[in-house]
Amino acid sequence: MDQLLINHGFPLLSALIFLPLVGAFVLLPLKSDETCRYVSLVFTAIVALLSFVLVAGFDTTTAAFQFAETHTWIAPLNINYTVGVDGISILLVVMTALIMPFCVLASWSYIQFRVKPFMICLLIMETAMIGVFVALDFVLFYILWEAMLIPMYLLIGIWGGPRKIYASIKFFLYTLAGSILLLVAIIWLYWKNSYTFFIPDMMWQPYGITPQVLVFIAFFIAFAVKVPMFPFHTWLPAAHVEAPTAGSVILASILLKMGTYGFVRFALPIVPDATLLLMPYVLWLSIAGIIYGGLTALAQQDMKKLIAYSSVGHMGFVTLGIFVLNKQGIEGAILQMINHGVTTGALFLCVGMIYERTHSRELSAATGVGRYMPIFVTFLAFFSLSSFGFPGTNSFVGEFLVLAGTFEFDLTLGLAAIPGAVIAAAYMLRMLQKVVWGGVDNPDQSWITDLNTREIVTLAPFLLFVLWIGLSPGPFMEMMDYSVTDLLDQFNVYKAQSVAAAEILVRR
Amino acid sequence: MDETIIITSKLLLALLIPLIGSIFVMLLGKDENLRETISSVSSIALFVVVCSMTPTIFAGQTLYYNLFTILPNVTISLRADPMSMIFAMVASSLWTIAVFYSMGYMRGLNEHAQTRFNACFAIAIFGAIGVAFSDNLFTMYLFYEIVSVCTYPLVAHHQDQEGYDGGRKYLVYLTATAKAFLLPAMILIYVLTGTLDFATDISTGIFPDGVNKAVVVMLYIFCLFGFAKNGIMPFHHWLPGAMVAPTPVSALLHAVAVVKVGVFCTTRVMLYVFGVDLMDALNLGVPTAYFVGFTIIAASIIALSKDNLKARLAYSTVSQLSYIILGVALLTPAAIEGGLIHIVNHAFSKITLFFCAGAIYVAAHKKEISEMEGLGKVMPFTFGAFAIASLSMIGAPPVAGFVSKWKLLVGSMQAHQIGILLILLTSTLLNAAYFLPVTYRAFFGKRPPDEPYTGIKEAPLSMLIPILIACFISVVIGIFPNFMMTFVKGVLG
Repeated sequence: MDQLLINHGFPLLSALIFLPLVGAFVLLPLKSDETCRYVSLVFTAIVALLSFVLVAGFDTTTAAFQFAETHTWIAPLNINYTVGVDGISILLVVMTALIMPFCVLASWSYIQFRVKPFMICLLIMETAMIGVFVALDFVLFYILWEAMLIPMYLLIGIWGGPRKIYASIKFFLYTLAGSILLLVAIIWLYWKNSYTFFIPDMMWQPYGITPQVLVFIAFFIAFAVKVPMFPFHTWLPAAHVEAPTAGSVILASILLKMGTYGFVRFALPIVPDATLLLMPYVLWLSIAGIIYGGLTALAQQDMKKLIAYSSVGHMGFVTLGIFVLNKQGIEGAILQMINHGVTTGALFLCVGMIYERTHSRELSAATGVGRYMPIFVTFLAFFSLSSFGFPGTNSFVGEFLVLAGTFEFDLTLGLAAIPGAVIAAAYMLRMLQKVVWGGVDNPDQSWITDLNTREIVTLAPFLLFVLWIGLSPGPFMEMMDYSVTDLLDQFNVYKAQSVAAAEILVRR
Repeated sequence: MDETIIITSKLLLALLIPLIGSIFVMLLGKDENLRETISSVSSIALFVVVCSMTPTIFAGQTLYYNLFTILPNVTISLRADPMSMIFAMVASSLWTIAVFYSMGYMRGLNEHAQTRFNACFAIAIFGAIGVAFSDNLFTMYLFYEIVSVCTYPLVAHHQDQEGYDGGRKYLVYLTATAKAFLLPAMILIYVLTGTLDFATDISTGIFPDGVNKAVVVMLYIFCLFGFAKNGIMPFHHWLPGAMVAPTPVSALLHAVAVVKVGVFCTTRVMLYVFGVDLMDALNLGVPTAYFVGFTIIAASIIALSKDNLKARLAYSTVSQLSYIILGVALLTPAAIEGGLIHIVNHAFSKITLFFCAGAIYVAAHKKEISEMEGLGKVMPFTFGAFAIASLSMIGAPPVAGFVSKWKLLVGSMQAHQIGILLILLTSTLLNAAYFLPVTYRAFFGKRPPDEPYTGIKEAPLSMLIPILIACFISVVIGIFPNFMMTFVKGVLG
């Protein structure tokens, strides 16, 4: 447990985890919808503010887990409540905390019935999501990982669109099926590591190549479904299309990141030999996802589907960055997780705002609104440009790093990813052109109203981060730098000692 | 610290003037007089700021300003050296002229959405100035992309089917080539060299010794095609397509700002990323010259077949842009000088030609050359200016184009490339073949009997004066080329 670093008396992480849950309980006796909205906003806002304290107190010069807490939970099984953040998870935790108040704001007028249960679901989601990113005990992680499914299932199943039942069950089954093998792997690791669930203790252990490959496959299925990697992605468009705006934002911005976070946190350090052995396959699968997601997005008429498929492509860049196993690649991948969260979250908010007006997600219903919604299309333009990696925006930096890492690893692989970047520009500009300009036969949009203050307030912070990360990513990179360097150092040390790794490298 | 380096926020000021101008135009666009005052004031202010840099540049100093640091050695930073000044002077001076011209044009035709038009125009100049003052490949790429995206509204301005088709072609060609070629080239250069900053002179380049030659050649080809605004065939189709835009756009952007962004970026990268030495060693120059030589000839032949005046001018532009790249690619001092000075010479002459085309359209509503028979008699100044600017395109003395052509011919002899010499001479003949008939028909052609041209007179003064000024400058820089040549010589060191 020497890697833990307990540097604060105040249990900040527990506060972040449990405050939303407290909020959910506070909501229970309330009657008025309006009060529920305000109470949820207050609780999510407090969590968001607390996350700034986390950033302020975070030491960027160590790779250790900070703000760590550990409490005995189920002593006979050696299960503990252990949490902590490091450079890999902190940005994700902060992003989760910051996005939630805006999800509440985006649901303000969108959700008109059963407001209280909706807000309770959101708050429980928040608890589970923050918990997943900071859990250092595998059982705690697994419970929170599964716990997310239920509120998400309800968010889609109750407040979703016409095919909500189909979409929610598909989402539930896919993710559940994916994570069953994960449980098996966890138990095997528990048994193998003399009955501990403490995640850092499972890392860099010589398990032998066969068990490593099996564990990797278990991890891979669980995480690849979540990312989602091609060809495990089919639940995503369905879920996105039917989910309410807040659900889509949570899904895209945060839930998808858990898969890629899982790869960095678990697959890489726990089964490094298997990672090394299987990385070419994962890399080419990522390329397939980038191209396939992009091409499919290009063909969509439904805006939510378009953005959903674009996510498959973008997340392909993230997995690409992770599995080239160099510093630029992994740092780019982590930054790209944040970027995708910011940009795609904002794009879903934008689509939600259009939907509230036209009651349609069809691109054809939104054509040519630019003339009547200048503020809206200005936001949309920035987010679309960011989405395809326009220089000066956040995604450019992430994409640049990922591609730099990829080129460093292999020229062919890097060149293979480039068409994905071209297609991304094509589908985003196509959507932007249609919404802002349309064609000569636009429907009459003169009745449409531009954004109100609440909606501007909802989008503005996203724009701030788009430009901030885009123009000055230094502070963000600094947060992760030590942890990523340490991860790769340990990986290289392990690689140098491992017989299996040597064999793999020789064969390659 | 080296005393030839000056850190100054003047560069930032130059960059921000058009941007702020455009924001004010957007905010206060309802009042058209106010809007146009803002445009003209910002254009003049920009020109003054750029001019104020000339003494320091003449003194052999370089201005720098660092804005943002994205990653180690990837920054958004600005630099003013002789090469940037060539383009910045051209873009800023012609913006002032074009602002006045477009006032007359847009009002004369009662065009819609003039606020958007003016705002996007200013942002395009913001992009062009940004490209001119880029200190590294990333900054250049950033502003290059800004120009691509922000000129879409100008191309699709009329919002009819033709406009949208032209606009789509425009975006597809420019963004796809940039993403497909420039992005990987930039990242690979970063991976190979660890930096994206331009070299400080044209000989060394930024590649370290021992870098894989095949990869460098690939990167070079990527850069050549990636900056598709340079109009090299086969990625030139966007330019004729963009001619659906109002004429001031074709004039300033598609004869000067946008296309010159393309050639400026191409030549900047050739000289300051690859460097003359490396290009020589890998023998990249002469094949490039022959390759763009094809564009010169082919585009001229296509121009010959066009009856629409703007289309003919567009293909002439495609052809003339390749002169610039050809000159630089030959890598001999005279050829580089000829290429770079052609950025200036072509700009002033071609903008005159486009201005004339616009004036003819506003005054007589004629677009086809065959319909302009005898029109010169009622519009003598416009067609007179057209004739003089055509001479420049052909390369006849004493107009600007002569200087470029002279230098290019000398340069091709220095390089011992008889083939290039022939290409230049053939293209001169072709230029004459597609330009002279326009003037001839206008002045000596028979007026169609059913169209007596009654009531047609010269375009309003706000258009005519810019035409005459641009034409006058074309002549002046033909007779006194030394001022701009100083910058060009500065590039060669």
